[in-house]
Amino acid sequence: MKVGVVVFPGSNCDRDMYHVLTDVFNLDAQYYWHEKSLPKNIDAVILPGGFSYGDRLRAGVIAAHSPIIKDIQKMAEKGIPILGVCNGFQILVESGLLPGVLLKNESLNFMCEWTNLIVENNKTPFTNQFKLHDRIPIPIANGEGRYYVDDDTLKQLKKKNQIVFRYSQVVNGSSNRIAGVCNQAGNVVGMMPHPERAVESEINPVDNKPSSLIFESLMVKMGVVN
Amino acid sequence: MATFNVQVTIENKPGISDPEGDTILNDLVLKGTHKTVSKIKTAKMLKFTIKEKNKKTAESKIQEICDELRIYNPVVSKITVAVFDA
Repeated sequence: MKVGVVVFPGSNCDRDMYHVLTDVFNLDAQYYWHEKSLPKNIDAVILPGGFSYGDRLRAGVIAAHSPIIKDIQKMAEKGIPILGVCNGFQILVESGLLPGVLLKNESLNFMCEWTNLIVENNKTPFTNQFKLHDRIPIPIANGEGRYYVDDDTLKQLKKKNQIVFRYSQVVNGSSNRIAGVCNQAGNVVGMMPHPERAVESEINPVDNKPSSLIFESLMVKMGVVN
Repeated sequence: MATFNVQVTIENKPGISDPEGDTILNDLVLKGTHKTVSKIKTAKMLKFTIKEKNKKTAESKIQEICDELRIYNPVVSKITVAVFDA
């Protein structure tokens, strides 16, 4: 199974993601520079966190115009699992692959802390090993992480089961405490918290197993046995 | 062709909270002696310099650029475009 890690100018969680994919889960991962195209035989794509283009204009908006996004859009239509983490989530939203928008946190602060997520949709390629409403202790690290949708869109998201993760309590003022969403088909998932910073017991003071299930879900989806 | 300066102001749509504007109002302006201020909204301004036939085409071209490249996010933001002779 081949996983692509997309690198934009200013990505800074790409190596953490690569390390987790290769060293922790023994997957075949490869970096793809945002100006290159993705090979046809790729099985999953991850857009890592960071500060693409220094968050200029708006987090994720300039990267959303990168050439590689066209390939990611085609793969999204084909049903290939795509995960955007933090800045990757912002890029997926700005490129129109996911609904909503990510605004500055209500506190206006860059927030770097541990949160608890609640799994609201366990049918996606990244959540199929969870039970509904499982809790995931996981860190956030963002300045523009407040997910916003208007009331009508929120109703639609609920109806179509597109809310994947919610914070267990108010963190940054996100609509409906949303921390992660998916597209209608469920194969494109975006989340603000960082699973790649939570899957190893050495750096997770709470419990690393729930975050690991995000990657194990993908492996189950792709039929990988390690 | 003439040169125009075009100011694009990007601000939140009504109903989208603006915590920075609220903080400037409540914790700075209203804590002083300036009690007649009732609202402060923050915005971002981009200043374009563009060569176009006239003011009208300059405005429509800038509007097109802002829409096409998502210079503003229409979910939460709106823009106002003001054209000036360079």
